Amino acid sequence: MGAEVTRINGPLVEMTGLRGAAMDDVVELGAGRLPGEIVALDGADATVQAYEYTGGLAPGAPGGTVGRPLSAPLGPHLLGGVFDGLLRRLSTADVWLDPARRRAAGPGGGTADERPAEYWPVRRPRPYAERLDADVPLHTGQRVIDLLFPVPRGGTVAVPGGFGTGKTMLLQQIAKWCDADVIVYVGCGERGNEMADVLAELAELDDPRTGGRLADRTVVIANTSNMPMMAREAGVYSGVTVAEYFRDRGKDAVVIADSTSRWAEALREFASRGGELPGEEGYPAALPSALAAFYERAGRVRTLDGAEGSVTIIGAVSPPGGDMTEPVTAYTERFVRARWSLDKDLAYSRHYPAVSWSNSFARDTAALARRHAAAGDPGWEGRRTRMASLLAEAERLAVLAELVGTSTLPGHERMVLLAGDLLREGVLQQSALSPVDASCTAERGAALVEAVLAVVDRCQELVGGGVPATAIEEQDFSPIVRAREEAPSVADVAARREAMLRRLGDLS
Amino acid sequence: MTERTEQAGRTEPAGRDVRAAPDRWSRPAYTRVSRIRGPLMTVPGAEGVGWDEFADIRLGTGEARHGLVLDTARDRVLVQVLEGTRVTFRGAPLRIPVGTGWLGRVCDGLGEPLDGGPPVLGADEAPVAGVPLNPVHREPPADPVLTGVSAIDALTTLARGQKLPIFSRAGLPHLELAAQIAAQASAGGEPFSVVFAALGLTHADAAAVRGTLEERSAAGDLVLLLNLADAPVIERILTPRIALTVAEHLAFEEGRHVLVVMGDMTAYCEALREVSAARGEIPARRAYPGYLYSDLASLYERCGRVRGRPGSVTLVPVLTMPGGDITHPVPDLTGYITEGQIVLSEDLHARGVYPPVEALDSLSRLMRKAAGAGRTRADHPGVAAQVLAALARARRARELGELVGTAALSETDRRYLDFERAYLRTLVAQGTAEPRSLDDTLERAWRALVVLPRRELTMLPGAAIDAHYPREER
Repeated sequence: MGAEVTRINGPLVEMTGLRGAAMDDVVELGAGRLPGEIVALDGADATVQAYEYTGGLAPGAPGGTVGRPLSAPLGPHLLGGVFDGLLRRLSTADVWLDPARRRAAGPGGGTADERPAEYWPVRRPRPYAERLDADVPLHTGQRVIDLLFPVPRGGTVAVPGGFGTGKTMLLQQIAKWCDADVIVYVGCGERGNEMADVLAELAELDDPRTGGRLADRTVVIANTSNMPMMAREAGVYSGVTVAEYFRDRGKDAVVIADSTSRWAEALREFASRGGELPGEEGYPAALPSALAAFYERAGRVRTLDGAEGSVTIIGAVSPPGGDMTEPVTAYTERFVRARWSLDKDLAYSRHYPAVSWSNSFARDTAALARRHAAAGDPGWEGRRTRMASLLAEAERLAVLAELVGTSTLPGHERMVLLAGDLLREGVLQQSALSPVDASCTAERGAALVEAVLAVVDRCQELVGGGVPATAIEEQDFSPIVRAREEAPSVADVAARREAMLRRLGDLS
Repeated sequence: MTERTEQAGRTEPAGRDVRAAPDRWSRPAYTRVSRIRGPLMTVPGAEGVGWDEFADIRLGTGEARHGLVLDTARDRVLVQVLEGTRVTFRGAPLRIPVGTGWLGRVCDGLGEPLDGGPPVLGADEAPVAGVPLNPVHREPPADPVLTGVSAIDALTTLARGQKLPIFSRAGLPHLELAAQIAAQASAGGEPFSVVFAALGLTHADAAAVRGTLEERSAAGDLVLLLNLADAPVIERILTPRIALTVAEHLAFEEGRHVLVVMGDMTAYCEALREVSAARGEIPARRAYPGYLYSDLASLYERCGRVRGRPGSVTLVPVLTMPGGDITHPVPDLTGYITEGQIVLSEDLHARGVYPPVEALDSLSRLMRKAAGAGRTRADHPGVAAQVLAALARARRARELGELVGTAALSETDRRYLDFERAYLRTLVAQGTAEPRSLDDTLERAWRALVVLPRRELTMLPGAAIDAHYPREER
């Protein structure tokens, strides 16, 4: 030993007298053995990033390395558990997380009953045999995603959204309903009450595919915004390492990180205390490469054992002031395969999930369309294209209608506006609170879209045949709009479609 | 290390706090201050001083000041403070006494009595920095705190354990509203207390707040902490922490529902920026420090409920948006942490409506858990949804009316405009000293809704509509 602390500035701690220490090694600081990680070495002097509140720690306090980098204890015991950023179990921890009173278990330490199968350094990607094409769709149960902006297993998604746009709600829905085998939910610097909600709901819900509890396929890493900031950074890496572990056992894992902006802020704060030269908006210049390396850990692979598994990463981004040009948003969208932008105007008009159809993208749609066709749904791509073009056209016309009034538009354009309304209200909106609507199967989603498209086609035929647009607009379309909440099966949706078509037929 | 701790044990009597310590100079005192810059000073030669320790500073005049350790190395310690000449360190981060002794007291921003009473004592003490609550032990908020303010109770119901800020701008009556909420709020007959932390208030404002809260203070339900505009910066950084430490104890140890009202949070953030700038830290947006989000979260996240314990901490921060800009870092980062927001509108204020709450811009994310059968009233969620939908429609009608003239609007649209007027007059407008029961509030909402044609009320069950509509329109 003989190493001691020489300077403390919040989470930044400087030490001297460390012998044989390596970069990224975990050190323990002071009598309380606060965990930290070496981020710079200069001879026997080291700069350490502490993972706990350092209040009361003074120069002269002893410290020493534990001789290995920050490692995640991996094993099946992780499923169903709630952990902090260093993968220490929270369910058995005290009500108040006082570092001074925490049992002296080093980072990654566990109790005897849950012996991890192995340890793996969280910052090092786990090896695999080869990368496979990411062309198998991940079904999320959210129509706007599955129909318009799908993500493959092994894909990467950024979800930027200002506050109040329902970001966390959307991610929670995906955590609950997507058809992956393992969900790693990393709550990174977000609200404690939301975290409590996630935990309570996961414990109550059943997994529709296995009949077990939904919590049993989930690993929650909870690092709420009042928990130590630097552990956010560790939590993100711990989360992806856990997902890789399950991938290597032939599972499809999804990492949901809410929010990566808080992680970037932790990097910024530490860089600033360390006196690093700042890049954009004070973020460290290494931020883009850190983000890129993180998202590159996603992928569908053949494992060393020959099995197939995948890690999908969905990262929320919280742009300050809703500014989509700020660094974290701007960097992240370059490294991801899909972006689901959440729109403030949609959210304020209570359109949830508020995924903007004009500002989002999904770069794997062509590959996924081929897969859907091979799996017996050749109509998938056609539906997507039609929806996207109708929505775009309706948006263009809505701007025009605001200027000149709807009544001056020709009939077929008024039907496009109607189509936009029906698609938005009857397909894209989805109520997280409704038992029927919270999650939607691919078949039912397709039936809902086809119902709206069939109705729209019939309306176009009618105006083409001379029926006044006003007469059509005055029809009660609520059976179609409400089908998503009131028609639980594909057959019910089809019945509503036929009833609606018959009623429209009476107009001609 | 060990030696120092022993020394701390010897010289630190149990339960010591801000008020009792300044005369104890048995710890090493440092009289050399090498550098003073803004609110910061560097003390060379101080040894074994821990980070975030609390410091006592004596001026040449004998006056006492306080400081916090921001950076500590072997040979020098950076202390955040105003000027001073003789410094001692407490050997630990700041702790304060906690307990019911705080109830009914009026203190300054550091918790020193302003009411002529003795120093506040408590059986226990707690660190003002707080200790994070294990998320596994959090209980999601469920029941309401009723504020007695119709616009809030009806449309943005506050849940016990929620954090719901008031976004305002200079010149609007946010302080009156905050004080009114603090004076009227209750939790359905369960033990209820209010901690009001005034940050950076002018003397006139502080006097007005004291006046409004006099009754509650006399009843022993209130802790009032007054940090005035001319108080030292460090005090402003500590005041919210002291308020929350007191509140946490009252809630989770004494089983009370505690409402913490604090404002102006913009003044708090400016204090933080001032210190950050003096330290030469790399600034982020609008020169606020990069850790503003984390710092605010360390305050706001201290509200909530703990599984298996009675009591709750509910937080209503008040902030003025500089220039009315909601994307300014202070409201923006606050919005990312809090569970909704109550937005005050200049337009409504100009039209003489108090409280000028702009319902369409406001939101309580936890309302669906706090309102409804068994919590408030069965028809509450439906009424609130219908009022908001009608307001959105009325706003569109008003905008259209401004373009084409009200006369060109459809009959339905004109009824919506009538509704909006009735809504403002009957439901929103309220006296500053007028508490309203929930039933009164919801009946007022109904009186506004029945201005609309019955067919427009699509979000409410028929039976409820029948009960409220005038007979001739059924």
